[in-house]
Amino acid sequence: MFAATERDFQYKRTEKMFRALFGFMVLILAIPVLMILAILLIKGGPAISMAFIFTDPTNGMTEGGIFPALLGTIWLVVVSMMASVPLGIAAAVYLSEYAPDNWVTRAINLATINLAGVPSIVHALFGVGAFVVFFRFGTSILAASLTLAVMTLPVVIVSSWEALQSVPRAFREACWNMGATRWQTIWNVVLPNSIAGILTGVILQVSRAAGETAPIMFTGAALFLPFLPESVFDQTMALALHLFVVATQVPGVPEQLPYGVALVLIGIVMIMNTLSIWFRMKLRGKKKW
Amino acid sequence: MVSQAARAGDSAKKGAANRKVKLSVRNLTIRYGDVVALNNANLDIYENEVMGVIGPANSGKTSFLNAINRMSDMRSNMTVEGEITFNGVNIRDWRNVYALRSRIGVVFPLPVGLPMTIYDNVTLSPRLRGITDKRVLDETVERCLTRAALWDEVKDRLNHLGSMLSGGQQQRLTIARALSQDPDLLMLDEFSIAVDPVTTMRIEDVLKELKSQMTIILVTNLVQQANRLADRTSFFLNGEHVETGETEALFEGRTQDQRTRDYIEGRFG
Ligand SMILES: Nc1ncnc2c1ncn2[C@@H]1O[C@H](COP(=O)(O)OP(=O)(O)O)[C@@H](O)[C@H]1O
Ligand SMILES: [Mg+2]
Repeated sequence: MFAATERDFQYKRTEKMFRALFGFMVLILAIPVLMILAILLIKGGPAISMAFIFTDPTNGMTEGGIFPALLGTIWLVVVSMMASVPLGIAAAVYLSEYAPDNWVTRAINLATINLAGVPSIVHALFGVGAFVVFFRFGTSILAASLTLAVMTLPVVIVSSWEALQSVPRAFREACWNMGATRWQTIWNVVLPNSIAGILTGVILQVSRAAGETAPIMFTGAALFLPFLPESVFDQTMALALHLFVVATQVPGVPEQLPYGVALVLIGIVMIMNTLSIWFRMKLRGKKKW
Repeated sequence: MVSQAARAGDSAKKGAANRKVKLSVRNLTIRYGDVVALNNANLDIYENEVMGVIGPANSGKTSFLNAINRMSDMRSNMTVEGEITFNGVNIRDWRNVYALRSRIGVVFPLPVGLPMTIYDNVTLSPRLRGITDKRVLDETVERCLTRAALWDEVKDRLNHLGSMLSGGQQQRLTIARALSQDPDLLMLDEFSIAVDPVTTMRIEDVLKELKSQMTIILVTNLVQQANRLADRTSFFLNGEHVETGETEALFEGRTQDQRTRDYIEGRFG
């Protein structure tokens, strides 16, 4: 019916060109990631076994497994998230839903965003001063976890705030107009429609807490411990620090060992990120507007 | 009390003396910062009448509705002066603003189906008031959706998302949601702006049914809609309440102000 004109062909060519261009950029992004994964798998894969995961390091950490470090990372992540997630979400709800729109609120928002960009070593120094020394927690899981919490808190606040703000204002207005209080509106309309975004932000911070070394180095993580922690007042080993130690501090470590540790660490992060994507799909699929 | 039959009758023919005032507005001035959205408006709205509000864009019609609902409480830049009395009580003296708002149903220009199921949309208001009995909620859903002329279209998919309905259906859903509040006063703000003509007519029929049971303020961009539905009509222009009169009189050209006649007859720049 309609013959294609020269202009139609030109549109198609432009379309193809842009598609190729953007595809190429994605490829450039993906290559380093895939290479890192490949190297880790090839070099660290042989180290991975049930025994590697579930036994203690032996022989001056040149042999054996990583169990105490793995367990310690779980301790640190769980305790730090128990502090930063409720606090962060509550702060985000306040800033997004209750705080009056004035210069104080804007200043707090700006400060939070800036705090999210502070290097982790600064948080580490704060943690030493505040938790280890001032609150007398000593070098302990508690001090290290709270330091991690301080580090992740601004990001949890900012990402939760963004998720809350993405809920259209018209929904809130409709709810207020029905006679709902602010809290009823938050509970019935705002939170159910932003929880996917909030959880995504939280889970990304779990990965970050698991991977950071600086904040825990001076506050609660030990290079080597002959026993497992029994409470939050004990010190602990941690994967990220363990990796740093076996890769740089101990002579005579077989090459596959640090790669194995790195592989486990990246495995945890990837499981977390997959979980976050799954959460997002599950919750987003249900809530649409 | 007026009998049901008399109330359903044409309120325009009732003498002004025995009409009960539902909402009285005195010296109402609304500002956003320095911008005056409505300047010193005075009018009364009677029980069970349909009050049409017409006027070009930015005349202060939406602001007027928001002031009645005390939405100024939720907006830092909106200030309201003067007195609004609803059911004989100054809206500032209501026990709490939530009780006031739950007596007043609101329908917005763009349909706002909340992102929850159709069932949950209609039961939200009763649930906010603490009603949890499933039988009561079921009954509310059927009654309100039927009154909003939507029941037949959605009765088999009450657990579908309200926000995924068509625009016209969503607008009827918001009417059902407003009705679930059992309101004394229903305020509609240019409800037909994003709705197809057939749905508009259906909603107009719904409103004709409802007017015997509640007071309705109908802000409309369609002058003829006010003519079809309103007992009395107010004309707002650039933040001024120009006049309020019997709809019949206004549309027969018996206006107090020349500008009202010009607007109604479509002679307006
Ligand atoms: N949220 C707001 N902030 C600032 N100014 C507003 C706001 N809402 C309305 N206005 C101003 O108030 C005036 C009246 O607006 P509105 O009440 O929406 O009129 P209408 O509904 O008749 O179009 C307009 O000049 C408009 O720009
Ligand atoms: Mg308007």
